[in-house]
Amino acid sequence: MQQRPSTLLEVRSVTKDFPGTRALDNVSMEVWEGEIHGLCGENGAGKTTLMKILSGSYPYGTYEGQVFFQGKPVRFLGTRDSEAEGIRIIHQELALVKQLTVAENICLGAEPAKYGIVDEMKLHRETRQLLNRIGANIPGSAVLGSLGVGQQQMVEIAKALRGHVRLLILDEPTSALNDAEVANLMRTLRELKNSGVTCIYISHKLRELFEIADRITVLRDGRCVGTKPTSDLTEDEVIAMMVGRAQTGRFPPKTRRAGKVVLSVRNWTVRKPDKKYLYAVRDISFDVRAGETLGISGLMGSGRTELLQSLFGEYGFQPSGEIIIEGRKCRISSSRDAIALGMGLVTEDRKNTGLITIHSVSHNMTLPSLPNLSNGPVVNASLELASALELVEKLNIRTPSIEAKVETLSGGNQQKVSVAKWLMTNPRILMLDEPTRGIDVGTKYQIYELMDQLAAAGMAIIMVSSELPEILGMSDRILVMHEGRMAGIVEAREASPEKIMSLATMGARASVN
Amino acid sequence: MERAQLERAQIGVGVTLSEQLARRKIKDNLRAYTMVFALLAIWVTLAIATQGTFLEPRNLSNLFRQTAINGYLAIGMVFVITAGHIDLSVGALAGLTGAIAAMLQIKWLPALSAHVRVAWLQPGWPSTLIAVAAALIIGTMIGIWQGVWVAHGQVPAFIVTLGGLLVFRGSILGITKGINIGPMDPSFQSLGQAYLSHTAGIALAAVAVALIVWFTVASRRNKIKYGFPARPLWSEALLTAIYCVLVVGFVVIMHRYRGVPLPVIFLIIMAALCSFVFKRTQLGRYTCAIGGNLEAARLSGVNVRRVIVQIFALMGALSGIAGVILTARLNAATANAGNQFELNAIAACVIGGTSLQGGSGSIPGALLGALVMASIDNGLSMLNVEAFWQQIIKGLILMVAVLMDVKSR
Repeated sequence: MQQRPSTLLEVRSVTKDFPGTRALDNVSMEVWEGEIHGLCGENGAGKTTLMKILSGSYPYGTYEGQVFFQGKPVRFLGTRDSEAEGIRIIHQELALVKQLTVAENICLGAEPAKYGIVDEMKLHRETRQLLNRIGANIPGSAVLGSLGVGQQQMVEIAKALRGHVRLLILDEPTSALNDAEVANLMRTLRELKNSGVTCIYISHKLRELFEIADRITVLRDGRCVGTKPTSDLTEDEVIAMMVGRAQTGRFPPKTRRAGKVVLSVRNWTVRKPDKKYLYAVRDISFDVRAGETLGISGLMGSGRTELLQSLFGEYGFQPSGEIIIEGRKCRISSSRDAIALGMGLVTEDRKNTGLITIHSVSHNMTLPSLPNLSNGPVVNASLELASALELVEKLNIRTPSIEAKVETLSGGNQQKVSVAKWLMTNPRILMLDEPTRGIDVGTKYQIYELMDQLAAAGMAIIMVSSELPEILGMSDRILVMHEGRMAGIVEAREASPEKIMSLATMGARASVN
Repeated sequence: MERAQLERAQIGVGVTLSEQLARRKIKDNLRAYTMVFALLAIWVTLAIATQGTFLEPRNLSNLFRQTAINGYLAIGMVFVITAGHIDLSVGALAGLTGAIAAMLQIKWLPALSAHVRVAWLQPGWPSTLIAVAAALIIGTMIGIWQGVWVAHGQVPAFIVTLGGLLVFRGSILGITKGINIGPMDPSFQSLGQAYLSHTAGIALAAVAVALIVWFTVASRRNKIKYGFPARPLWSEALLTAIYCVLVVGFVVIMHRYRGVPLPVIFLIIMAALCSFVFKRTQLGRYTCAIGGNLEAARLSGVNVRRVIVQIFALMGALSGIAGVILTARLNAATANAGNQFELNAIAACVIGGTSLQGGSGSIPGALLGALVMASIDNGLSMLNVEAFWQQIIKGLILMVAVLMDVKSR
């Protein structure tokens, strides 16, 4: 048995209150020197709050309890204080400037300079050293916006490693990465660990935690459920710790039965609006039946989101091909046309394209249905509230009130609002783009159940997802995309992760081989 | 749904619906009350400094008339800013439409005012009505034109309306040749200077009180019909009574001078109408949605382009009204009429709580903001403070108002 390493960070009895809620309730945890410490919990469990205390975003005095770093109590009043101690956080949403170069981003805020004039040579040398340290082969002069998300993530890590770093905290670092990029990140983190950087790795994705973490701490409802070495845990045990009950099946049983074809798409081809000579989606044909869930799988950038948005009339340059809804050929040139034909689209990115976070739950829910809730141009406010309330109860959305701003809700409840918004339009065809991204296990299951109920009630569902278990667990048939083209359609009972993956990575050739 | 059942419905963390609604009301109202208190504080300060003259009916009447023109522009600006845009051309457009009205009456169609008689109209009114209609129609058309540039041309509103400012200022100089165009026909003057007769004022107060009561009762009924908890009867009655006292008090004070000024009563009607559009119609809701999150609004089926054109059309129409009243008040069109009014209108909106980021705004707030700006102008003039100080003080108050708003969030 190895000797227990010394404690780098200790959180002792930390309690943090927000008006009306207790975000952290007497949380204690220890992070050991040189380990990768996994942290998981449902949305709203308090992970982000805890990290904000460690970074000084919530200054000392706004919470109860104590934080010890390298054995001595610390009182961070701002992020500068925590950075001076060597604590760095990489947030879920990257904090980089797209218009600047990689080198400028890495040194932003602390450029090597004399009399205010930046020393370009030093800037690029430091950048190269930092990028080499994590084994990232990215030119320092590249404009950040021209890089893929995975490479941007690497830049963010390189930036965090500048100066004296003891503890690196990564908050959901892989939510936008594809599998190859995730593998690359894991390799980088292991190298960092070997060079003596301690790491807190926050993630929903248990597979990643089990791959990389030495120990795992689980938070639930603001309390620390426990910390255990990864080798003593199984995925099911962690899920049980997170939700407080043993999970019997992660997907609900299918109660639905497929009916007649609702939507047929034939030879659907879309060019990119910014680079019109490139195809985003090429020659896609499929049918979806009432009561059926069509899963769409593929790697990041394979054209899945573009397919959904172009079918919805809101993406692409001169789309061509046919859309046939219940036997009638349709022309969809805007979301209004699509909504009128009974389509709904739950977008992938609820903050930027799905919801108006500064507006209330009810206003968000009713936005696409306002014409149906109005007498002439005048909105019937009471009918609107009543309709919103009905769905809040039906979907069990946890919100302080239907008049509360969406930004005050947890991720899972925000996602429920974006689904509810489309349910209110009574769609025949519901398209969901990454319906469970960034939400907790419990809410995920509720959304799966809801999808099954909707299909059972005769809705045709199209679901794009990057998570293979979700695609396999929820779909009746699976359309796999590869570089904008259709690599194949697989019946769910004949599908396996390997089969889907090989189609997604190699395209239609996979089935020939 | 049964009301009792709804009361029991626990939607949040152990809080009933009625408690939630009450909580929100308090928070929303707190903001509004802060502004009312700020205005009252300014009034009290000025009243003390002027030994009471500031609050005399004569001066209050003046103050409200001064507020009127900025008020029209501020109402439209709430829509524009809430949608996430800006309109820098409203002052110049008011000047231009006012100049067009004056030119029509005096230079282009003088025969109309001298000779045309319509049996059921007082002499002079045919020409005035045509001039007013022209100002409104041209204002609206120009608004649509700017809206098309913004919505379909994808040119930032800042640039379109900055260009518009120059175009309209140039046009004013071109058509007036830089000289004052006046005097206007008495009928035209009355639009900016007349007062309602006392009988009309009392009738109006009665109508307003009746409307307030009717609205309260109707919305209460509607709430109960859909099973939402209404306020307790006594608090509803108290609130209604306060509104009615305000209306009656306003009319009584105005009557102690010359009566309710025509441009002011018209402003109040426009504000009520626009506030209804903003709060209760699809156009208003879409305006907020576009400013709150353009992409989300577009993907939710909002016809973004059409809404933007409509907003600019409304702004143009309101600029036309402001132009007419400006010309009527000055009894002439001048080359620099409406200069910098756009800044006053934007300031009134911002002081009144409209977010420059877009997504939320308030028309009553903007009117209060306009009243704050006018009060400072008026009060400082009474104190013989030099004009340059007035500008400096207004500028600082704008900054402080926004600072307080930012800090209180």
